[in-house]
Amino acid sequence: MPKFRIPGPLRSLSGGESTVSVEAADLRGAIERLDEKHPGFKSRLLDDQGEPRQFVNIYLNDEDIRLGAGLGARLSESDEISIVPAVAGGGG
Amino acid sequence: MARVQALRCRECGTEYQLQPTHVCEMCFGPLDVVYDYTEVKRVLSRERIEAGPPSMWRYRDLLPIPDDAPLVTLGEGFTPLVRAERLGTELGLRNLYLKNDTMNPTNSFKDRVVSVAVSWARAHGFETMACASTGNLAHSVAAYSARAGLEAYVFMPADIENAKVVSTAVYEPNVVAVRGNYDEVNRLCSQLAEEFPWAFCNINVRPFYAEGSKTLTFETAEQLGWRLPDEIVIPIGSGCQFVRHRRAAAELLDLGLVSGDRLPRLTGAQALGCAPVYNAWRDGTERVMPVRPDTIAKSIAIGNPSDGPYVVRIAKETGGVVEAVTEEEIVDAIRLLARTEGIFTETAGGVTLGVLAKLARAGRWNGDEVIVAYLTGHGLKTADALNGSAGGRRVEIDPTLKSFREVVAV
Repeated sequence: MPKFRIPGPLRSLSGGESTVSVEAADLRGAIERLDEKHPGFKSRLLDDQGEPRQFVNIYLNDEDIRLGAGLGARLSESDEISIVPAVAGGGG
Repeated sequence: MARVQALRCRECGTEYQLQPTHVCEMCFGPLDVVYDYTEVKRVLSRERIEAGPPSMWRYRDLLPIPDDAPLVTLGEGFTPLVRAERLGTELGLRNLYLKNDTMNPTNSFKDRVVSVAVSWARAHGFETMACASTGNLAHSVAAYSARAGLEAYVFMPADIENAKVVSTAVYEPNVVAVRGNYDEVNRLCSQLAEEFPWAFCNINVRPFYAEGSKTLTFETAEQLGWRLPDEIVIPIGSGCQFVRHRRAAAELLDLGLVSGDRLPRLTGAQALGCAPVYNAWRDGTERVMPVRPDTIAKSIAIGNPSDGPYVVRIAKETGGVVEAVTEEEIVDAIRLLARTEGIFTETAGGVTLGVLAKLARAGRWNGDEVIVAYLTGHGLKTADALNGSAGGRRVEIDPTLKSFREVVAV
């Protein structure tokens, strides 16, 4: 099953778990399943239009989803989805 | 009442105790340091600043280090503000100034932020410093960690300029070359910061670290005789320092340290080879879409800029713009600066000067405005970028008068 990596600031939602596996065909569906398992994730990750929030980076395996197929990206069994707060950097 | 009070989310306003964290748990927004300005105002004056040390620490009252904490300093900041008459003449600007931050201890403006970060981390019990860097930050973190007697782990893209690797390695930090670009290094470090009890300058201690950037604008105002310039041109990587310059100018105005009531126009400079903020500006949106960097200006080659949306907002709010230049314009600008003012800046400085020149030639200014460009890194860091195009005249002769007369023919 595709697996989410949960960052520290959101582990209060996942009962302290650092990874959560879900059954889903695409990324949007995976976020729906994640929210069903652990309510609160969807509103933290997506804005009112259903797009990723400004300060959230979502990576499918090692690829920023905004450089790829976005939330429509198809998932396979071994995929890993990382949620990483965007507010890092300033490291020129 | 303590002068440094809390951290506050820039987006939703949630407050947090002072601690090593950078992200709002409610909305993921960035956290900023909150000061008690009543307390700051009670003690701070132009006279107190002018009587301070000849470094950025003359502004300690506006930096987030406890009053009793020892500083980790190499004499950073209070760099020259140079009046650029010859460059100004070329560009039709009669009041052009250059803030020469290439003169810092490790030759980039990063020493300002790192001095704050390492001082804060040591005062709060950290034993190891770390950072994700395109080179300049790593160099600075390595030096200041050595100065403080702390361990250091510096993470850089594996393709970074050799000069930056060597000048970092000499301080004997743990240099971790990552097979990926800066954005990938940064993501790795965001994940490592949750696993290791280290002070990552640009991650978990970022709210404190970032404050050091303000001193560039504080000093500029002081060196102009306690007034703000009309416009400042600033290189944009992550956008982190750009945001701080707005805050710095606002603090100077609010505290009555400068006269006037208007923020300077803040203008951002990017390389077209990595221009996510410029793209958003051009498209009239604050939604900054990531890009894959491809530019010689590696120190600002950040494809997914954390403060990008704020740069667009602040440029618009203050009447500035965001502009971008080609690789050729970057090199031309480095040469123009060296030829006219005797200052050698790195490729990021070439971006800043390139944008300044481009805007000047396009008629943005009438010529009387007081304009300051921030030169944030030294040219020796990226000298390879000029291979084959350094300009000037080079001849080779035998060690004889005859040969000199024949070849040079003065």
